[in-house]
Amino acid sequence: MYVAVKGGEAAIRNAHKLLADRRRGDRDVAPIQLDQIVEQMSLAVDRVMAEGSLYDPELAALAIKQARGDLIEAIFLVRAYRTTLPRFGYTKALETAQMQIERRISATFKDLPGGQLLGPTFDYTHRLLDPELAEDAPIEAPDQREEPEVFTPRVTDILGHDGMIEEDGELPEGAVAGDLTREPLTFPLERDLRLQALARGDEGFLLGLAYSTQRGYARSHPFVGEIRIGEVEVELEVAELDFPLTLGTIRVTECQMVNQFKGSAKQPPQFTRGYGLVFGQSERKAMSMSLCDRALRARELGEDITATAQDEEFVISHSDNVQSTGFVEHLKLPHYVDFQAELDLIRRMRAEHERNRLDGAETKEAAE
Amino acid sequence: MTDLATYNFAYLDEQTKRMIRRAILKAIAIPGYQVPFASREMPMPYGWGTGGVQVTAAVLGPDDTLKVIDQGADDTTNAVSIRAFFQKVANVRVTTKTADATIIQTRHRIPEAQLQAGQILVYQVPIPEPLRFLEPRETETRKMHALEEYGLMHVKLYEDIARHGHIATTYAYPVKVEGRYVMDPSPTPKFDNPKMHMSPALQLFGAGREKRIYAVPPYTEVVSLDFEDHPFEIQTFSQPCALCGAKGSYLDEVILDDKGGSMFVCSDTDFCEDRQAKGHRGALAADTAEAAE
Amino acid sequence: MRSDTQIFEGGFSDSVLNAQTVFRALMDAMANPGRIVEVSDLAAPPAPLTSLAASIAATLFDHDATVWCDRAISGSAACTGWLKFHTGLELTGEPADADFALISDVATMPSLESFCRGTSEYPDRSTTLILQIDGFDGADTLVLEGPGIKDSMAFSPSHLPRMFVDQWVANRAAFPRGVDLIFAGKGVLAALPRTTRIKKTEA
Repeated sequence: MYVAVKGGEAAIRNAHKLLADRRRGDRDVAPIQLDQIVEQMSLAVDRVMAEGSLYDPELAALAIKQARGDLIEAIFLVRAYRTTLPRFGYTKALETAQMQIERRISATFKDLPGGQLLGPTFDYTHRLLDPELAEDAPIEAPDQREEPEVFTPRVTDILGHDGMIEEDGELPEGAVAGDLTREPLTFPLERDLRLQALARGDEGFLLGLAYSTQRGYARSHPFVGEIRIGEVEVELEVAELDFPLTLGTIRVTECQMVNQFKGSAKQPPQFTRGYGLVFGQSERKAMSMSLCDRALRARELGEDITATAQDEEFVISHSDNVQSTGFVEHLKLPHYVDFQAELDLIRRMRAEHERNRLDGAETKEAAE
Repeated sequence: MTDLATYNFAYLDEQTKRMIRRAILKAIAIPGYQVPFASREMPMPYGWGTGGVQVTAAVLGPDDTLKVIDQGADDTTNAVSIRAFFQKVANVRVTTKTADATIIQTRHRIPEAQLQAGQILVYQVPIPEPLRFLEPRETETRKMHALEEYGLMHVKLYEDIARHGHIATTYAYPVKVEGRYVMDPSPTPKFDNPKMHMSPALQLFGAGREKRIYAVPPYTEVVSLDFEDHPFEIQTFSQPCALCGAKGSYLDEVILDDKGGSMFVCSDTDFCEDRQAKGHRGALAADTAEAAE
Repeated sequence: MRSDTQIFEGGFSDSVLNAQTVFRALMDAMANPGRIVEVSDLAAPPAPLTSLAASIAATLFDHDATVWCDRAISGSAACTGWLKFHTGLELTGEPADADFALISDVATMPSLESFCRGTSEYPDRSTTLILQIDGFDGADTLVLEGPGIKDSMAFSPSHLPRMFVDQWVANRAAFPRGVDLIFAGKGVLAALPRTTRIKKTEA
C-alpha cells in the first residue's frame, strides 16, 4: 500500500518557524538591533544598498538581519521591495567634484590640489586579529582636520585640461539615461545601461573579472587616477521650480581608472577612462567596476575582443547575483517529471546498447 | 517602518501590469515569438516561477479561480507557495480541480484533462530560447528567428538520430508554432507536446529571469519538430498508474525501498484523484491492496 | 473651467479592477480574433473619444506608450488633456513612431502601412491601432480564419478602413511584422491580430 506524500503547506509553515528560531539563535544572547547593524556592520549595509540598488541603511540593516547575514539574500529582499516603489522622477547627475570628501587617494600623482586623504581604510592595517575588539574597550574619537574645506578637483579633470585623457563624454541633448529596471536589456548596450548593470552587479563576480584583466585577459594598463569616498548631494529638478531641489546627501565611492590607449585612426594616443560608482564605501567594488567598464569599452574603442571581461553579453548577463542565485538554486526544486523522461531514455539506450553488444558477441562467435 | 509592506492587488504595481499586459497582447498577436519585457524582481527567486507569477498577476482578477501545479501536482512545495502568494496578495479563489480553474499556472506539465475554451494556462519558463543551447548569444539567436534560420536545430536533432538511432530530447522538446517560430514549450516532457496543438485554451509563457513573454492562442498549430523517417513520438509507459489504473497518463516513478522496488503513479495528482473518486483503482491503491490481503 | 472638469473627471472609478476587466476583454478578443466581447462603460471622456476607447487607453497607455491620435482627437484639447491626465501618455504626430494609434474616424484614417510594423528581429515593436466604431452589425461580413479561430469566424464591423481587404492582405504578407487592430464599439470590442486571414467577404 502506498500513500502519496502530502502536506506541503504544513512543511513550509514548519520550515519557516524553524528558520525564525535559528535566525534568533540562543535567546539568552541579546537580539541584534538595526542601529547596531547600521553602525557596526556598515560595510555590509553598504554592499546591500549598492547591489540592492536602494539607498536606505535602515532597510538594508533589516534585510541583513532577516537574511541572517546572508548578504545576497539581503540584496534580494531589498530588490524585491525596491521594485514595488513608485518612481517620482530622475535626479540630476551626482556632482562628485563637489563631494564632502572623507577619503581621496590618487596613485598617479604624489600630490595634487585637495591633497591625499587616507580616511577610514583597512589599507596599512596589519591583519592581526585584535582580541581587544572582543571586549568592549572604549574607542577614542578620531582627529579632525582644522583647515577649511578645499576644493578637490577630480584627477581626470586635471588630466583633461591638456587632452592627455579622453573627454568624459556628454549625453546628447535631450537624451535620457537608460534604466534597466524599466526596459528589457537589448545587446549591444550603451555605456549608461552598462554602468547601471555593473553598479548593481555582484562584487565577487566583477572582482574576478577585473582581476582577469590584470592577468592579461584584456590587459588595459590601468592606474588608479583617483578613488574618492564621501557625501554628495542628490538633487531633483522640479518643473515648478527654477532651481534644483536638494533631497539629501548620500555616501558614495567613486573610482576613476586611467588606462593606456595607443590611439586609433580616429583618436590620438591618450589615456582612456574606466569608471566606477557605488553606493556607500566599497573601494573593491568601485575599482572592479571601473576595470570592467574599461574592458567592456573595447568595441567602442576599436580594440580586439579577445577576453571574457570584454564580452558584454557574457558579463552583463551573468553579473546580477539575484538572477544567478535564483537560477542556480532553482535546481533544488523538483524536476522529477523531466528526470523521469531522462531516466526512461537512458534505460532504453542502455537496453539498446546491451542488445547491440550481445548481437556483436553472437556474430563474433558465429564467425569463429 | 511598520507601514512598509503595503502592496497592490496581485502584488505588481499598475505600471508594471500595464507593461506586462502590452507584452501579452503582442505575444498573442505573434504566436511563438518571444516578446522582451522589463521583468521585475519578485518576492520569490528568479528561476522559481517569477515569469509565470508576473503573467498571472497581470491577468488575474477577482472573478478568477486559480490552480497552481508543479510537476503536475498541486501539493509540491513551490506550487503550494505560489498558490499561497496569490491567496495573500489577490485574495483569489483557488482550486486543485483542473476543470474548475480559469487560470492554471504550471511548471513542467500540462494537465491530463483536456483544457477548455476560456481557460488560461500560464507556464513558468526557465530558458525561453529554444536555440540557446546551440547558440548562447541572444544577438545571434534573435537573428536566427528573424531569418527563420532553424537549420541548426534540425542538425542537432539529426545528430541524435545518427548517434542513438532516435531523437534524444525528452523534455523541452522544440515545437514550431503556426509554421513560423520555433518555440520552447518549457521543460514539459515531450509527452505533453501534442496537448499544445489546437488547444482550446490560451497558453501564456513567462520567463522572468530571461525577461521574455510568449504565447500560443487557442486553436493554433503547434508541431513538434521531427523528420519524415523519424517522426515525433511521445513517451509510453509499460504499466498503468498504480493508484488509479490510468493508461496513457504521464507517470512518476516512486521508489518504494532500497532494493530496486518502485511503482509508477500519475504525475497529475488532480487527474489521479478524480479517477480514484470515480472508482478506478490501480494495483497498489489502498483499498485494492487491502482487498488482496 | 468646464473643460478642466472634462479633463479631470471621467476616469476609472477603480483604477486597479477596471483596468483588469478591460484588459481581460482585450486579451480575450486578441486571442479569439473576431469574437465580440462585452465591456460595460467604465470611463466618461470628452467627445469624440468614446467610453470604450478611453477605457482601453486607460488600461494600456502610460508614459512609456507613444500614441498617435487622428485629427478629431488630437485637435480636441479636452481629449488630449483627458488622455494626458488619465494615462500620462506620450503623444506623437508621426504614425510610424506610435506604439498605439487612436482613431475616431475610420473612413479617413491613414493606410495601415503608414504605421509601424516592427522589425524582423523585433516584430513586437509595432503599432496597435484602436479604431472607434459603432458596433459589429455592419453590412459586409468578413470570414476570418487563423490562430485563435476554431474553424472560421464571421466578422461584421460597422466601419472598416478603405480598401481594407487589400490592406490587410499586405499586412498579413509582412508577417511576423505587422500591425494589430482593436475595434472599439459601444460596449463591445473585438480584435484582429496580424495573424488573422480573411478567407472571403460576404455582402
